[in-house]
Amino acid sequence: MKRARKFLAIFFAVFFVVGALTTVYAKEPYKIGAVFAVTGPASFLGEPEKNTTLMLKDQINAAGGINGTPIEIIIEDSKSDETQAVLAAKKLLEKDNVLAIIGPSTTGESMALVPIMNAAKTPLISCAAGAGITQPVKERYWIFKTPQYDVSAVEAIYTHMKKQKISKIGIVSISTGFGDAGRKALLDMAPKYGMTIVADERYGPKDSDMTTQLTKIKAAGAQAVINWSVGPGQVVVTKNWAALKMGIPLYQSHGWGSKKNIELAGKAAEGVIAPLGRLVVWDKLHDTHPQKALLKKYSRDYEAKFKGEPGTFGGHAYDSLMMVVEALKKVGPDKKKIRDYIETKIKKWPGTGGIFNMSPQDHCGLDKTAFEMVVVKNGDWEILK
Amino acid sequence: MTVFLQFLFSGLTIGAVYAMVGLGFNIIYNATSIINLAQGEFVVIGGLVMWFFIESVKLPFLVSLVLTLLTTGVVALLMERLTIKPLKKTDLLLMIMITVAVSIVLRGLLMFKFGKEPYVYAPFTEGEPLQIYGAIIQQQTLWIIGITCCCIVLIYLFFSRTLLGKAMRACAVNPTAAKLVGINVERMVMISFVLSAIMGAIAGVAITPISLMEYDKGPMLAVKGFSAAIMGGLGRGRGSVIGGFIIGILESMTAGYLHSGLKDAVALIILLAVLFFRPAGLFGSKAMLQLRKF
Repeated sequence: MKRARKFLAIFFAVFFVVGALTTVYAKEPYKIGAVFAVTGPASFLGEPEKNTTLMLKDQINAAGGINGTPIEIIIEDSKSDETQAVLAAKKLLEKDNVLAIIGPSTTGESMALVPIMNAAKTPLISCAAGAGITQPVKERYWIFKTPQYDVSAVEAIYTHMKKQKISKIGIVSISTGFGDAGRKALLDMAPKYGMTIVADERYGPKDSDMTTQLTKIKAAGAQAVINWSVGPGQVVVTKNWAALKMGIPLYQSHGWGSKKNIELAGKAAEGVIAPLGRLVVWDKLHDTHPQKALLKKYSRDYEAKFKGEPGTFGGHAYDSLMMVVEALKKVGPDKKKIRDYIETKIKKWPGTGGIFNMSPQDHCGLDKTAFEMVVVKNGDWEILK
Repeated sequence: MTVFLQFLFSGLTIGAVYAMVGLGFNIIYNATSIINLAQGEFVVIGGLVMWFFIESVKLPFLVSLVLTLLTTGVVALLMERLTIKPLKKTDLLLMIMITVAVSIVLRGLLMFKFGKEPYVYAPFTEGEPLQIYGAIIQQQTLWIIGITCCCIVLIYLFFSRTLLGKAMRACAVNPTAAKLVGINVERMVMISFVLSAIMGAIAGVAITPISLMEYDKGPMLAVKGFSAAIMGGLGRGRGSVIGGFIIGILESMTAGYLHSGLKDAVALIILLAVLFFRPAGLFGSKAMLQLRKF
């Protein structure tokens, strides 16, 4: 009887000590929220973003977390819908008490989250490109984004054209948000670079032939064509351009950066020029380039894990998450300090999208130097000097 | 002149796609008077399954074609047996709603199997596009037009010369009377689903080399193909083909001479105008319109 009591006493003592120890050592993980368009029409963005985020989380936690604290990433699917994105963000803020949110994938969803994030005083690092997400910066105190501005891609194209003595251009764009934003940037920036737009054509996302638009551009006397789209449209335009033997160069937007496009367009893609982030051409960069090491590791890891290229979009999630991770490492789990760190300390910071220089005036931190002008040659990319 | 011809050829290319899809609508309509809104998905299945056999399994062209048509036929058979046949009450509107549901399910399955990327394979004949007065027309477009013409002739012969075809038409006009004269109505409905799916698959196989194919192209193809069928007069094979070409050329000319942003709007406005003045479509007759169930 006495023995049994003694045994019980020891048992409880051990139990409590072990219990106390584990609560001390298994620290509460840092919670980061993510809102991605995993399903729905924008899922081509959300899927690589989700994959990238999960892969990075595993890598960070396997390496011991952030200063010994693991991270937990709660991913919500916005279904490519603004309303769902808002609901997802509210859930992350109110129920999960996350320190920061990365995403959403599209400009519309990001814009919908701006007032909510500002009210909740929590940083948002968007993976969408629209300039309105971070401008005007005064009203975007808590908002950042990692994809390059459309305007920067346009500037990279126009700079290259100027060198080629091209001044009359025809543009053709897809009638979606991506095409609208690109078209606006093309029209806005043209006077600054002395470009005359002689034709401004559109097409639908599921159209099967753009010969008419291209013929019109040629007849208007353009010296080059710029196509602004993502998806199958850019392949169809490329094929039509090659079939028509237009004799003027074809420029694509930064949405062109997938080997899949070269595969689909085949020989027609030869000679197509586009401003691309360095993620797709990392193996062509000089070894001393500050982005090379991280691009190589990210591409290799992603390809090994998901059997596909990460693409520019996965890279946006990489940059967004790593900025938060770095801030957490330096300033700990404090929303205000994380925001201040990203705004003031992300300088000459190499990411997948370029070398970031955040500032209180610019919450994106990338300009046209984030792009390389890349031409398709022998079925592969080649960086133009 | 060159520019006009180029717009015309571009319109023919677009129109050929619509015409082929439009044909598929007619077969089921002729046999059952229902509109199969999953028709676009059969076109997508045709294109994607063909890609699978030809590029992934690397089978010869003709073998791939036969296997593709068989696969699509089986999918249509399952669709009809699992969703249309078990219906206790054959209500037309209900059946059309079912085809919408099936199209959503099929799209989901296609996304799981093929992902969201577009697919393409080589055109039937390699080589430079043809040049006519400086305007170009792709060889694949000529193939599509040729195949479309063959299909119209075959469909016409089938519905007007064979007993099976005539029996199918009888079912559409009056299923009860057809049953009374000894026609197996259920079997006719089944055959019509399979036939129209195969028709759609042929369209998919033919258009993929020029327009690419991805899992969610179906609804757009269905809308344009349906417009083509309506414009020409539902149930008229020849009508839907001409309707398809008219819409394609209208789109191309609008894009060329007005603005490319307006092309869908103008084509649809003209379609509406045609229907105001000739509700039965360009080739349909008033008598036929009165026989229509809705």
